[in-house]
Amino acid sequence: MSDTSPGPEEVRHVADLARVGLDDEEVERFTDQFADILDYFETLEEVPEVERDADLVNVMREDEVRDSLTQEEALANAAETEDGYFKGPNVS
Amino acid sequence: MSADYNVFITEETIEGAADGPLADSTVAVKDNISTEGVRTTCGSEMLDDYVPPYDATVVERLKDAGATIVGKANMDEFGMGSTTETSAFGPTENPAAPGRVPGGSSGGSAAAVAAEEADLALGSDTGGSVRNPAAFCGVVGIKPTYGLVSRYGLVAYANSLEQIGPLAPTVEEAAALLDVISGPDDHDATTREEGEESDYASAATGDVEGTTIGVPTELVEGADEGVRERFEETLDDLRERGATVEEVSLPSVEHAVEAYYVIAMSEASSNLARFDGVRYGNSGGFDGNWNETFSKSREAFGEEVKRRILLGTYALSAGYHDKYYKQAQDARAWVKQDFDEAFESVDVLASPTMPTPPFEVGDSLDDPLQMYLADANTVPVNLADLPAISVPAGEVDGGPVGIQFIGPAFGEEEIIRVGSALEE
Repeated sequence: MSDTSPGPEEVRHVADLARVGLDDEEVERFTDQFADILDYFETLEEVPEVERDADLVNVMREDEVRDSLTQEEALANAAETEDGYFKGPNVS
Repeated sequence: MSADYNVFITEETIEGAADGPLADSTVAVKDNISTEGVRTTCGSEMLDDYVPPYDATVVERLKDAGATIVGKANMDEFGMGSTTETSAFGPTENPAAPGRVPGGSSGGSAAAVAAEEADLALGSDTGGSVRNPAAFCGVVGIKPTYGLVSRYGLVAYANSLEQIGPLAPTVEEAAALLDVISGPDDHDATTREEGEESDYASAATGDVEGTTIGVPTELVEGADEGVRERFEETLDDLRERGATVEEVSLPSVEHAVEAYYVIAMSEASSNLARFDGVRYGNSGGFDGNWNETFSKSREAFGEEVKRRILLGTYALSAGYHDKYYKQAQDARAWVKQDFDEAFESVDVLASPTMPTPPFEVGDSLDDPLQMYLADANTVPVNLADLPAISVPAGEVDGGPVGIQFIGPAFGEEEIIRVGSALEE
């Protein structure tokens, strides 16, 4: 196992950061699997430095008003709305 | 009937214009491509009642071309999988190989064509998700050059890698569908001018006289013996038709799979943050504060989706960004450079599409790393933004296998021409 592989506590911490609820079984399974997968990702250390010569161009357009969804359409998939706004849980 | 193979998540007819190049064609559309007024689930419980208020650009183009859309095709949840077994709506079966998976993640789209439940289909290809199921189901699939087809209305998984692509029974039909969907789009700033007045369908001439085909040894070595035999036979066939075959080396592709998964998971961890149960996505209820509610609603994601969000979050977190993400970008640049050099001496590259015949149902689910490794031949193409086609190349152990032809950027005509030679 790689020395940087996350243990169960770290898996829980990453899940908290990502705001994804996990049950205990998932934490256990992911801890095992992440060790293998991250070990494999570490082979990227063998990649030589490559000069990147990407020829990037800007694709800006004029900032003009265009047709868009109506307020009603934009809210159509929200579980809860109020007075034309999305309604969410308390922030803290 | 679709009940046999579980091809569609939603069966609904969307009529197109009265005439146009696809007026006589029915099309299955992968369920991560938005259809106005018709639910679009991405194969996820999270979006099981999501109804987009607008059409994806490719759907508008299908309608304008007169196509009749016959349903939203089953898929791995959010496009994450190689077998179409991770859909919240149950797995799709492979109509061309009973008891096997159809490949993924566009397995429903490929199965729809193979089972003749639609004449044509659209899938999306992030690391092989059009070519892999095309190979496993014995149909043709094209992954276009990055920027050829608009991604507006495609529910994002990994934006820098994915393209919508056509599936069809023949190369010419796949090319004709690509003609309809390709070209620039005001709604997607990554689209390019190439493909605007395209006529890819007429490139399917079957003429390979004088064509030089490069075979990257790295993409053949890992394949099963039976797959290699079919591949060699196909190359012999092309030689007889006047093509020249030569070996080339692409040392960078040995690191393509890990680079691909680090980049795709990182982009996924960011893209899937929008499913919070507030604007869309099923709500976990309003008990507790924002973070608790948010985490609760996202318990509805399937295991593969959670795995990728977490690994992506980890790879981008402080202290690990340089170790994983930055090195993956270096590997991506190396892969691009390797392909560029190869195309200085050959017209197209050829490899088996998948290293094995279609997997047995359930085989790959317990070992995610093993499933990731199965994409070794398709992911380098997405990292390099190139076009590639998968064409049927016979059967191995009772299941179809495919051959992949890779072209230089915007070299769609070349791969369509070479691919069509196999159908003569």
